[in-house]
Amino acid sequence: MSVKVDSWGSRVGLILAMAGNAVGLGNFLRFPVQAVQNGGGAFIIPYLICFLVMGIPLLFIEWSTGRYGGKFGNHSTPYILDTMSKGRIWKYVGVFGIFTNIAVAAYYCYIESWTISYVYHSIVGTFNGLSQGAVADFFNNYIDIGTSTTGIPYEAVIFYIACIILNTYILSKGLGGIEKVAKIGMPLLILFGVVLAVKGLTLGTSGASDLFPNANAWDGLNFLWTPQFDSLTNPKVWLAAAGQIFFTLSVGMGTIHCYAAYVKPKDDIALNAVSAGFMNEFVEVVLGSLIVIPIAAGYLGLDWVIQNAGFGMAFQTMPYLFQQWGGVLAVFAGVLWFGLLFFAGITSSLAMGTPWMGFMQDEFSWSKNKSAWSFGALILAMGLPTVIFYKQGLFDQYDYWAGTVSLVVFAFLETILFSYIFGIKKGWIEITSGADIKVPGFYKYIILIITPALLGWVLVSSIPDWIDKVKDTDTNNKEWFAENYYAENFEASGAKAGTVDEVKDDYILLSFENQKKVFDKASGKVDIVPFIDHKIYKFDLSKNQKTIVNIGDTVAPKDKIATGDFTNDTFYKFLGRMLLLSLFLFISIIVAIAYRKRTKEERIKL
Amino acid sequence: MNTTAIITMVLAQGIVSLFTFYFFYKVLTIKPHQEPDSYSENDKESDRQ
Repeated sequence: MSVKVDSWGSRVGLILAMAGNAVGLGNFLRFPVQAVQNGGGAFIIPYLICFLVMGIPLLFIEWSTGRYGGKFGNHSTPYILDTMSKGRIWKYVGVFGIFTNIAVAAYYCYIESWTISYVYHSIVGTFNGLSQGAVADFFNNYIDIGTSTTGIPYEAVIFYIACIILNTYILSKGLGGIEKVAKIGMPLLILFGVVLAVKGLTLGTSGASDLFPNANAWDGLNFLWTPQFDSLTNPKVWLAAAGQIFFTLSVGMGTIHCYAAYVKPKDDIALNAVSAGFMNEFVEVVLGSLIVIPIAAGYLGLDWVIQNAGFGMAFQTMPYLFQQWGGVLAVFAGVLWFGLLFFAGITSSLAMGTPWMGFMQDEFSWSKNKSAWSFGALILAMGLPTVIFYKQGLFDQYDYWAGTVSLVVFAFLETILFSYIFGIKKGWIEITSGADIKVPGFYKYIILIITPALLGWVLVSSIPDWIDKVKDTDTNNKEWFAENYYAENFEASGAKAGTVDEVKDDYILLSFENQKKVFDKASGKVDIVPFIDHKIYKFDLSKNQKTIVNIGDTVAPKDKIATGDFTNDTFYKFLGRMLLLSLFLFISIIVAIAYRKRTKEERIKL
Repeated sequence: MNTTAIITMVLAQGIVSLFTFYFFYKVLTIKPHQEPDSYSENDKESDRQ
């Protein structure tokens, strides 16, 4: 029996909370990088098309599904999906909607804790005078939990636990707490973003240094927005656009269903859905494209950006770039940037707590407090391994399986359920009922055909990658425990060999021929230029690890380069996968217990 | 920046901004539905659809 009386305070609060759920670190880091790598300005065409034919339909599906489930007192996906069909299996499909949130929150709170820590370090001036390499090393030291940058032992773990406690405390206040954070966090995030974007837009050539004399922020913007129309015929660009739309909107997670489940049947969801969706797009397309790329290009040059653009820039590069602004402005910029990322993070991580809380309150009559703190305990238990074994790749396993695969699988299945099992007729009534806007009729056919087809394409295209991940094809050291260590591939194809330039008992420096992308300003094209690259291996003498190569040796991938006692990353990656599987089974068991309880209480559907 | 880049940027950001502000303006100006609605803060307001 449900004891829930929670409700949203205001419509604006709900929309800001929903937009906050969608706006995350990816808006500022993933989108511009995807655009740079997939046709520049032309990327916006498939991106906006995918938003219209996959993003908005999915928002309609999830909002209406959530509100429909809420009518029956269900506030999380297992029983929301269960109310939509006669099949008993759908509540177990709905497990994804709780599983994903716990698993993602577990590692997402770790990233969120970095932003809190970096705000602190920006204020106390830790990055003052540090070189670009030193700022990057600072991050590497920070995630090595044995090292302390503040004097606090196990600093990364302390910040992580503090972040979980903060999230849990806010969650224990229910929807009111989430709404308050969204009402403060979202306007501040936009304000911080606008200030940084203005700086990005007006930086020009003022950031060029002796080291990067050609640096020019306009080059970054130019490259980001110049449309390479030939890229539109490349299916990979469309797949990247579909993937970006999918991940930026936080669809396929179960959080939207949960938030919408508190909306009454006669109230609008159509306008709410598009308003929250477009708010996310505004943050991504307008603010996201005007911060990282132009600022990085303004100080380090476009070639550096083309070569290095990625997620790591947020913590490994931006603090160095802000230092170039000097004094108070550097502190100010650091606080704005990491404050912006913090608000982007916390509004998303709070949303991830609500499906578990909703389920425990609905099915077991748990209080807000009990359900919130149990969520905190769960993500701490699931997240600590990602903190401790971050460098061994356990974090990435969570991100891949829970933060990527699980989303696509769930979104595809819920779309099939909505369109073909629940039925598009009933589904359309749910979308349009109480709507404050007229939803164009063609969306019925888009939801019926195009959205599932696009999702199916994204799903099927990713299957070979799942197999590669399980088989650990990215490493030549596949055994968990080994007495030999083999050279990894120098580049993706694994065809190239390297030469040993330096060697010690615990250290090897290899050089090899590589290629890099260089922007040719005259032609406006990216050229591929060969260069000599380096790869470093470090070993641990305390584990009897010792190199067995000599200077001048040619080393090919899979060649033995050291002996000793090795625990390879594949062990930790497997551990990560098993932890995720255990979590999924654990939630499935709880759903099964809830089902038995419902049967006993005669609350089960016919 | 070259002209095509500026046009693409202004068009893309303009379209997205326009729709964002339009929908949010609609949310702010549409009268709330009859009580009991989904939102608790307006429970005492009398002017409704």
